[in-house]
Amino acid sequence: MRVTPAAIQVADLHKTYESSGRQVHAVRGITLTVAEGEFFGLLGPNGAGKSTTFGMLTTRVKPSSGRVMVAGADPVREPVKVKRRIGAVSQYNTLDRQLTALENLEFRGRFAGLSAREAKARGRELLDRFGLGDRSDAMVHRLSGGQAQRVMIARALLTRPAILFLDEPTSGLDPQTRVNLWHLLREMHDDGQTIVLTTHYLEEAEALCDRIAVVDHGEVLAVGRLDELKAQVGGETILTVVHEAGTNLSGVLDSVRLMPDITTAVADGATLRVHTPRVETVMPALLRASQNAGLSVLDVSVRRPSLETVFLTLTGREYRE
Amino acid sequence: MTTESGPTPEVVPHSATVLAQDKRITFVPGGSPAVAPVLRPGGWRFLALLARDMRVLRRDLFGFVMRSISQPLMFVFVFAYVMPKTSGSAGSAPAPGGISFATILVPGMVASAVMLQSIMSVSQPLVMELSYTREIEDRVLAPVPLWMLAASKIVAGAIQGFAAGLVVLPCVMLVHAPGQAPHVSLAHWPAGLAVLALAALLMSGLGLLLGTIVEPRKLSLVFTVMIVPITMLGCVYYPWAALGRIQWLQWLVLLNPLVYVSEGLRAVMVPGVPHLPVWAFLSVLTAGTAIACLVSSRTLRRRLTD
Repeated sequence: MRVTPAAIQVADLHKTYESSGRQVHAVRGITLTVAEGEFFGLLGPNGAGKSTTFGMLTTRVKPSSGRVMVAGADPVREPVKVKRRIGAVSQYNTLDRQLTALENLEFRGRFAGLSAREAKARGRELLDRFGLGDRSDAMVHRLSGGQAQRVMIARALLTRPAILFLDEPTSGLDPQTRVNLWHLLREMHDDGQTIVLTTHYLEEAEALCDRIAVVDHGEVLAVGRLDELKAQVGGETILTVVHEAGTNLSGVLDSVRLMPDITTAVADGATLRVHTPRVETVMPALLRASQNAGLSVLDVSVRRPSLETVFLTLTGREYRE
Repeated sequence: MTTESGPTPEVVPHSATVLAQDKRITFVPGGSPAVAPVLRPGGWRFLALLARDMRVLRRDLFGFVMRSISQPLMFVFVFAYVMPKTSGSAGSAPAPGGISFATILVPGMVASAVMLQSIMSVSQPLVMELSYTREIEDRVLAPVPLWMLAASKIVAGAIQGFAAGLVVLPCVMLVHAPGQAPHVSLAHWPAGLAVLALAALLMSGLGLLLGTIVEPRKLSLVFTVMIVPITMLGCVYYPWAALGRIQWLQWLVLLNPLVYVSEGLRAVMVPGVPHLPVWAFLSVLTAGTAIACLVSSRTLRRRLTD
C-alpha cells in the first residue's frame, strides 16, 4: 500500500429506497477508501448497488446513513464544493442535445466559473486529444455512441477534477470502441488522474483497475488489488482436457487424483477438469496420463485465475453480467 | 492483462513543465494552482446558465418567432379584419363605450402570448430533460447550487415570454380592418415593460412548477385542459369590468393569473378602458411571482435528488 492521501473515504454507507411501498435496501454498509492517483473499480452485476453508490459519491443521491468524504468535502453538506472537485460521467448519454460537442464542453466550463474563452480553449484541446477535433461543431445527435462517450469524458475533465467518476463507461459500446476507451483511460491514469469506475464487465476491471471492490447485493465482498483478490481465493488455474466423445475417463481419473499439486479433478463426460496452482508441471502430466491410457486428446484449455473465478468463489454464484 | 494495470506508472508528469514542452494535455488531478485560472464568482455562473439557454434560443429564433406570433396573428386577422369586413357597416361600429374590439384585443393578445411562451419554453424542454434524455444531469453535475439552476430556468423562460410579448405587440397593432385601428397608447411604456417582465417571471415560474410536477406523458394533456380555459377566462378578449353582469364569474376569474396580466397591460396601454386597480394587479403579480419561483425551485430540487 502506498501512503497517499485518501481521495475518497466511505464508512458504513447505506441507502434505502421507498419503491412502490416496498423498502429497497440498495446499499447495505459499504466501507472503502480510494487513494489519490488510484484507478479504483467497483465491480458487480447489475443491481448490485454500484450506481447507487456512484450517485452518493457524486452528490446525486442522498445516503440514508453513513459517512462520505469525496475530494475533501462532504457530498451531502457541501455538494457544490464536491461537484467543483470531481468530474462525473454517468451511464447514459447526458450530453446537452441542443448544443454542439464543443459547446457542451464550453458551457460546462462556464458553469464552473471559467471564462468563455478559457472554457472553449480547454474544450478544443480535450476534443483534439480525444480524436474528436473534427467533430467539435457537430450537434450531439450526430455523434456515434463512442464519440458521445468520449465527449462526456472530456466534459467531465474540463474543470481538471481531482477525481474522475465513470459509471459503466463502456456499456453499449462495440468492442473496438471499448478498447480505444480503455486506452484513453489508461493514459489519463498514467498522467496521475484519480479514477473511480463502476463496471459489470469483469475484463474491464481486470484491464484497468489498480484496486477492485467486488460488490453484490449492496455489500462489498472483497477489496484489493487483482493479485490480492486472486490470492485470497486460492489463485487456482483450471485445466481442461477434452477427449474423443464416448471416452471412459474413470481409469485416467484415478491416476490423475494421485498426482501431486492437484486440488480437485472431475470428469464431465469425455472432458477432464482439474484445479491446480501449478500449471507447468500438471499440464504435461495430464497429457501423459491420457497418452499412457491410449486416449486421443482433442483439445486442451487453461483458465488462469481471474475475477470470474474470484467472484465464483466469493459468492458461490456464476457471475451474471 | 494484469501487468498493464500495475499500481504506479513510471511516468507521472508534472503539470506546468509538461504543458510547456508537450502540446498534449496532461490530466493533472485537481489542477495545479500555478495553472488554475481565476474562477469567476457565482453571478457569472448564473449568467453562464442563462447564456446556454440563450444560445439554444438563438439557434431556433425563427421557430420561436413563429410559435409566438402565429396564433395571435390569426386571431386578430379573423376578429379585427375578417369579421368587421364581413359583417358590413354594423361590424365596423365601435363596441359599446366607443372602444373597438381591436383595442380590447391588443393587450389581451400580448398577455396570452407572454403566458404561453413563458410557460411552454420552460416546461416543455424541462420535462424532456428530466425524463427521457436525462440531460438535466449535465447541469446537475455542474458546480452550481440547484436554486441557481431553477432561477436560471425561470429567468430564461421569462426572457422568452417577454420577447414574445414584444414581438406580438406590433403584429396585433397593425392587423385590422380599415377604420378599426386599435387605440393603444404606448406613452406609459416603462410601466408597460415592467408589467410585461413581472408577468413573464410569474408565468415562467408556473412553467417550472408544471414541468417538475407533471408526468412527461401527461404534459400535453395538461396543456390542452388548462390553457384553453385560462385563456378564455383570462380577460384576454374582454375587460374584467365587462364581467360585472355575471358577478360569480367576475369573482371566480380572479383565481386566474392571466387576468392580472391582461388587466395590467390594459391599464398601461388602454387606460381609458375600466380595469383592475393598479395596486391589485401589481401586488398579485409580485406576490404570485415570488410564490411561483419559491415553490417551483423546491419541486425542481425534489425531482433532482433521490
